[in-house]
Amino acid sequence: MSTDTVEMVKMNGLQAINAALMEAMEADEKVLVLGEDIADNEGGGVVGVTKGLSTKFGTMRVKSTPISEQAIIGAAIGAAMAGYKPVAEIMLMNFTTVAMDMIVNHAAKLRFMSGGQSQVPMVIRTLTGAGNQTAGQHADFYEAWFAHTAGIKVVIPWTPADFKGLYLSAIQDPDPVMIIESGKTLFVPMDTPANQGPIPLGKANVVMPGTDLTLVSYGQMMFSVMQAVEELGKAGVSVEVIDLRTVSPWDKETVLASAEKTGRLLVVHEAGRNFGPGAEIAATVQEELFGKLKAPVGRLGAPYCSVPFAKKLEDAFLVQPPEIVAEAKRLAAMG
Amino acid sequence: MTDTLSNRASPDADTQLDIYRRMLRIERNDEFTRAQIRQGRIHAPYYSARGQECIPAGISALLNDDDKICTIYRGIQDMVAKNMPLRPLWAEICGRVDGTCKGKGGPMHLTHPETGVMVTTGIVGSSMPIANGFGWAALLDGTKQVTVAYFGDGASNIGAFHEALNLASVWKLPVIFVCANNGFAEHTRFENGTGVDQISKRAIGYGMPGYTVDGNDPIDVYAHAHAAIERARAGEGPTLLECKTFRFMGHVFGDNDAYMTKEEKAAALEKDPLPLFRQKLIDDGIATEEQLEKMKADIEAEVKDAIDFAMNCEFPSDDELRRDVFAEEIPA
Repeated sequence: MSTDTVEMVKMNGLQAINAALMEAMEADEKVLVLGEDIADNEGGGVVGVTKGLSTKFGTMRVKSTPISEQAIIGAAIGAAMAGYKPVAEIMLMNFTTVAMDMIVNHAAKLRFMSGGQSQVPMVIRTLTGAGNQTAGQHADFYEAWFAHTAGIKVVIPWTPADFKGLYLSAIQDPDPVMIIESGKTLFVPMDTPANQGPIPLGKANVVMPGTDLTLVSYGQMMFSVMQAVEELGKAGVSVEVIDLRTVSPWDKETVLASAEKTGRLLVVHEAGRNFGPGAEIAATVQEELFGKLKAPVGRLGAPYCSVPFAKKLEDAFLVQPPEIVAEAKRLAAMG
Repeated sequence: MTDTLSNRASPDADTQLDIYRRMLRIERNDEFTRAQIRQGRIHAPYYSARGQECIPAGISALLNDDDKICTIYRGIQDMVAKNMPLRPLWAEICGRVDGTCKGKGGPMHLTHPETGVMVTTGIVGSSMPIANGFGWAALLDGTKQVTVAYFGDGASNIGAFHEALNLASVWKLPVIFVCANNGFAEHTRFENGTGVDQISKRAIGYGMPGYTVDGNDPIDVYAHAHAAIERARAGEGPTLLECKTFRFMGHVFGDNDAYMTKEEKAAALEKDPLPLFRQKLIDDGIATEEQLEKMKADIEAEVKDAIDFAMNCEFPSDDELRRDVFAEEIPA
């Protein structure tokens, strides 16, 4: 497909998800949406992602729920097993903690535990991310918990095009998929193909080719990464940037090929560095490429503490572009 | 205050016999299961429901094949009552590849969609939120299907109970919440763990009918289940049935009943519903001694056949660890 035939429009992540849900519900009457405040009577979602859906598709398919996360996920599981494709919203990622039994013990495991008789094709949407001074119970990235749980896929898009494409795939995926929407990714408009189709889960996107260092990230941290890469370019460090997009199952092939080519890898995420996704990626890359790397694998993530409130502390908590620049330069100077 | 039925449906003679057959199939299957474990022929956690047979038997006599159940780790009685075939059931208990779940679920997690056994959970309370999803699907499909969520008295104290009953009420779901109140939450007495004397009273808080049922009387179970199922099929919403019963074999196989008195257990055994109902069928002229003995022999033959079948099935291959994690097999 040549770029001149693709009509591009400016849209943000929020509009892209809304478009994906509209399209999916239009094309397949088995697609359902449920969650707190999501119907138009309740404002179409706290940030408006689901606006218009209940008016168009009715309140039997688009159901606002009580503040009952276990009941939301439970209803989605049952409906999914009965042949529907529910998209369940857990308003914020920290609230998944009160539905963990339903997500971990049931949604993720019922296919395996039933010997393949049960299918749970559902999507869990959830929003998170630091930067808005919401402190320790409204901003965590817990993707590692779910990546550690066999049977559920974990997707964290960055661009609106990826939101649209990954949502279209996730809704039709035969297994449970959690899609984590991070704050900034919903609101920053970007050029997006007007007719963006499905994008396969489990495939990373090489955003920018480079030769000195591979930089892997995802979600809203990609904004900081791109700022850092611009600085690094000015300093003469050529960075290959990979947006992982799907955290589990992650695209080992693309990351390994790139790390082998550049000989250096830096993983950056907003989640805590301790036992974070970077640890799994670093371990795998070092197992596979031992002897071929010019530098140890670098990892940047949040420090071992809760998300703080004070702006000064929150800024210090988040990985900032200058840190990425410094760490990339340190690695690039090795070997 | 708990609700009382305005109209009591009563099972005709054939239905009573059908209920007894289901009870006997549960009881015989349980007896053989415990014997196999005692003899060391199978190794599995087992939660006997001896004494609780009336509840699923009375309810299942009113369910269609396509009606669904979501049950719990003490749930084999619910599956047997729903006419789950015993061969795959036993193969699963024995961890064989021909089990309903290919040996990957075991006795606490049997699933058999063909007979409507949709989910069996090992987590206290978790049958209820998932049952709601089947209820929602039935409304969307426009069928008259109902879903029964089975759970115990202990589960009425976990948050999932509250969230699920409230949602079912708000959405008017065709779900029947059936609490087998056997007087003990694992080892803790009902009154030491529950702040209300009748679980059915909690229904008031959710805006649905709640009945306390004699769970040892199949006729009473039938009457209340009939009302609940009719209400659900009519689109009027859920019902909570608290069925009072007793657990003769303790919490788990090997339990020494240290938390109850010998007298209490003896008194409960005196009221064993199975021989009482058997006698009633004979006294009422619904069945003869010979008929019921023949029924018992047929059921025992079915159970023995299932055990023989299961013991001769293969164990699952290690490749099963890579299958059913996702729809697509994980590469070796």
